[in-house]
Amino acid sequence: MTTTTSPVLLELSGIDKQFFGVPVLKQAGLCLRAGEVHALMGQNGAGKSTLIKVLTGVYAADAGAMTLAGQPVGPGSPEQAQALGISTVYQEVNLCPNLSVAENIFAGRYPRLGAMGAWRIDWAGMNRRARELLGRLNLDIDVTRTLSSFPVAVQQMVAIARALSVESRVLILDEPTSSLDTGEVQQLFDVLRRLREEGLAILFVTHFLDQVYAISDRITVLRNGCLVGEYRVEDLGPKALISAMVGRELAEAASADAGQVPAQGGEPVLEARGLGQRGQLKPLDLTLRAGEVVGLGGLLGSGRTELARLLFGLATPDAGELRMRGKAVKLDSPADAVANGLALCPEDRKTDGIVAELSVRENIVLALQARTGLKRCLSAGQERALAEKYVKALGIKTADVDTPIGLLSGGNQQKALLARWLATGPSVLILDEPTRGIDVAAKQEIMDEILRLAQEGMAVLFISSEMAEVVRVSHRIAVLRDRAKVGELPAGSGEQAVYHLIAEETP
Amino acid sequence: MNSLMKHRLVWPVVTLVLLLAINATFNPQFLNLSWRDGHLYGSLIDILNRAAPLVLVSLGMTLVIATRGIDISVGAVVAISAALAAWMIGGTLVVNDGVATHVSRFPMPVAIAAALGVALVCGLWNGFLVAKVGMQPIIATLILMVAGRGIAQLVTNGQIITIYYAPYFFIGSGYLLGLPFSVFIVAAVYALVSLAMSRTALGLFIQSVGINPAAARVAGVKARSITVWVYAFCGVCAGVAGLLISSNVKSADGNNAGQLLELDAILAVTLGGTLLTGGRFSLAGSVIGALIIQTLTYAIYSLGVPPEVNLVVKAAVVFAVMLLQSAEFRASVRQLVQRPPVGGMSA
Repeated sequence: MTTTTSPVLLELSGIDKQFFGVPVLKQAGLCLRAGEVHALMGQNGAGKSTLIKVLTGVYAADAGAMTLAGQPVGPGSPEQAQALGISTVYQEVNLCPNLSVAENIFAGRYPRLGAMGAWRIDWAGMNRRARELLGRLNLDIDVTRTLSSFPVAVQQMVAIARALSVESRVLILDEPTSSLDTGEVQQLFDVLRRLREEGLAILFVTHFLDQVYAISDRITVLRNGCLVGEYRVEDLGPKALISAMVGRELAEAASADAGQVPAQGGEPVLEARGLGQRGQLKPLDLTLRAGEVVGLGGLLGSGRTELARLLFGLATPDAGELRMRGKAVKLDSPADAVANGLALCPEDRKTDGIVAELSVRENIVLALQARTGLKRCLSAGQERALAEKYVKALGIKTADVDTPIGLLSGGNQQKALLARWLATGPSVLILDEPTRGIDVAAKQEIMDEILRLAQEGMAVLFISSEMAEVVRVSHRIAVLRDRAKVGELPAGSGEQAVYHLIAEETP
Repeated sequence: MNSLMKHRLVWPVVTLVLLLAINATFNPQFLNLSWRDGHLYGSLIDILNRAAPLVLVSLGMTLVIATRGIDISVGAVVAISAALAAWMIGGTLVVNDGVATHVSRFPMPVAIAAALGVALVCGLWNGFLVAKVGMQPIIATLILMVAGRGIAQLVTNGQIITIYYAPYFFIGSGYLLGLPFSVFIVAAVYALVSLAMSRTALGLFIQSVGINPAAARVAGVKARSITVWVYAFCGVCAGVAGLLISSNVKSADGNNAGQLLELDAILAVTLGGTLLTGGRFSLAGSVIGALIIQTLTYAIYSLGVPPEVNLVVKAAVVFAVMLLQSAEFRASVRQLVQRPPVGGMSA
């Protein structure tokens, strides 16, 4: 490989960034060379996205330096970053599905004809140039067809073509493969290899370890906002990479915590037998027992949320059955699940959780009210008493219970959602990423609450991308990989054991 | 005082009072109420009576809009209900042995029940298309808006049906305790809905469905059936309005009954402070909104605005009222008055 001798193209050093006094990046850095694919790795919250946003001008760093080809630069906006030749393709394809491929590639800067472009859009020229750009990516498609008529993989290519349509020197791909299947990933990698040969510096963010090893030349690892190090890919094996991402001290501390939790394992409350949905989740068995926290370990896209949705009636299984206290049940809707004593704090708090304009009180009573039905309405006094009880019990910080929930911080919104479900007195509580995007203290409180609830006899399914948390609160860990269950680990298992199970059989 | 000024109904009420004051200024008789023929008589009573169908339709529309939907078929449902009731009642004056009696084609209660039943079916159809089929509300109800007129004309055979059955006229132009009977109908429907909102969890469910349907569903709210029944209720409201209108004008015109009523209703809801984006809603606001529209119409006629420009005048007033109600507009006016803009705010 020629990368060792390539000149440094883009360098970030000593980057600090705080949000509301919470440091997100501490002396972080990154060094990209022309003609290399560089993987940026780290757990959730390690600061990957923030670093990329500093790089692309979305955020301004509090401190630090950035140089491009030796020149100090400081893009103040994504437009400026693009003008400097730094292009980004985001995780979700953010193009317009109803426009043609060519229109998407040139959206906002259509080539024009006539003096000062006054005459009309140069459709023929635009289509021709779109074909050229896609040809560079080995893609020969009809650029006049609407984007939505192509599969996601092609749309991803179009997004890359759009990024390349300006003179790019640096291409940033933020989890580009999360919606692609294996063949499509290979296709994308072929394109990345070509672009590497053309001398582009490519920064690649992914949660899939195998992909890192399939394409990358170098790896930069971030942990807790700090730069752990930059490694050549051949010097850092998967196990070493995981321990660099997780940090050994953290792993040991976490397993000690898990040991303190007394495993109870009462009678089975909810049992999934061969439960699966085609294309979403391969059939699996899972038993949730009273008084036990079961953690779901697995990387992003491993099927954790899909399992939660199947258990809660948000998706319909096409295989297997669900048993509630030994009796087979069929859950066609969340309303059915709620009636059976299930509760789900959904992954996306904003879109599936809070009703932003309603008050904290109304948000807390919503599920209980839905369960008791339209007619048996709680009185205003009962609602208030219930809401105030949970605000106090969970330490929800709000001016009063009539404040719209949308005005609360993420952690307090999450606590209010937890309160919504606790108010229904569920026997099974499914928590999908309950600690995402909230501060450390609130995370701690939520996890303490989960353990307390389990001690009271609730069956809890805990889903989190942060393995340290899963390991800490779980009495048992079910590990998922590639939308299938690959095993279960007992309480006290360390993060390494989970990652080991995930990494097994991964090339 | 400050908290009063912040109340959401303050601007609709101010607008209504302003319009009444304008009417009173140009027409000194406007506020007079007198007792004639055993009932109250005056412009205000007239406005109440004429506003009744619009108020009813606006109440139904309020709930639909609160679920983030819209129902543009209410005018057509009014026409269907009016046509069916008129056809089933018809009526002839039969003189037997010198005693004149009114005879209807079907018994009046049957006719009324049939008209309301069909209106309910219309509403359920809209709700089915929106909640179960997943159509956009404006498209789903557009179907009935267009087809409904056809159905109404099918019932009336393309003619204007005149009603000759006197007991039926009581609904739209009779009086009870000195007040128009239609006011009692509106009051009853309003009381029913208010009670449903305060005594059941319907208000909470409707708002949560309107603000965040996905979250409401995850919380176990049966969002779809809520949506279906809200459209059904809106249909029934339009059905009652159809009865009021046909009874008041003693005929049914499949082509023109309730024409553009859907737009007035949407306007009334908006004037009342309910946002078209769904969620928080105000039933009282919609009633005031409907009264604003009727008072404005009355003012335009009584001030002698030439008929060819009265729609323009109406539009101009509505535009002004909308601006007045917009907090952003008021804020920018205040800023303009308080200090001339000097380069805007610093970031």
